[in-house]
Amino acid sequence: MSAHASEAHAGGSRLYLWVWGWLLGFTAVEVYLAYIHLAPTLMLTLLMGLSVVKAALIIAYFMHLRFERLSLFLTLWPITVLCICLILIFFFPDSVRLRELRPF
Amino acid sequence: MADAHTEAVLESRWSGGVAPYAMGSKKLGMWLFIVSDSLTFSALLLAYSYLRLATPNWPTPFPFSPAIIYATVMTFFLLSSSLTMVMAVANAHRGNHRQTVFWLMGTMLGGLGFIGLHLREWFHLFHEGVYPWTNPYGVPLFGGTFFGLTGMHMLHVSIGVIYLGIIAFGFGTRKFSSEDVEVSGLYWHFVDLVWMFIFPLVYLMSVKF
Repeated sequence: MSAHASEAHAGGSRLYLWVWGWLLGFTAVEVYLAYIHLAPTLMLTLLMGLSVVKAALIIAYFMHLRFERLSLFLTLWPITVLCICLILIFFFPDSVRLRELRPF
Repeated sequence: MADAHTEAVLESRWSGGVAPYAMGSKKLGMWLFIVSDSLTFSALLLAYSYLRLATPNWPTPFPFSPAIIYATVMTFFLLSSSLTMVMAVANAHRGNHRQTVFWLMGTMLGGLGFIGLHLREWFHLFHEGVYPWTNPYGVPLFGGTFFGLTGMHMLHVSIGVIYLGIIAFGFGTRKFSSEDVEVSGLYWHFVDLVWMFIFPLVYLMSVKF
């Protein structure tokens, strides 16, 4: 085992339990938000914010990216996020425009 | 324990471009697959969200009880199976073959529970006349995007369960290394991660009040 990997595994179970607990907690908050019926835009913002945090927790700890080389993260994720943002920017305003163009 | 080759790769530094990420090619390959698959799922999720916003009478067929409760339990299954997966990987690196197989089985069980509940929900929708091509709400695109998105995800979970079964068998019989277990773990966590976006976007945003 290399030094960084064994360091990450030492006492790892407790860390993983914490991450799991946080993920469940965030899920509970999301379900509660759905239950209390918020305005759609606010709801969508909060849900997506929480989902991004959950995804980051999974990638960083469960998928171990936090304990890999920084170069791996820099190679993989900034460009992926940029691609997703580009799709968002070019497509989303149009969906709202379509709705407003409707005669009814 | 990692074999001599993996050991050499992990210890190498980026001089001469041999191993810039200090990891085996399998793991890097899985990461690259995950990035491309995340764009696939982004496209499906964005298509769903686009149509949902652009369609004024988009149906919200998920009552809080039981649909949302079921989806929450499914989320719990996937999150917990991720926890058993990291336990499997940790045990694989320590060389505990028996325990690794045990945790891998637990992970597969979580995945099977997820698939079971999901299929139950699908059949419930079929029973109500909601199919991929038609539904009683008069918005056929709902079925197209809902079944397309959740079906693609369920396909990933099903493949994941088979993949983990092969890895568990291979690791138990000492054919595969701990790196193989770790790589399968990356795949499994990614499938879990995708559900973290499908669950709020498809279910929580479409609660029937």
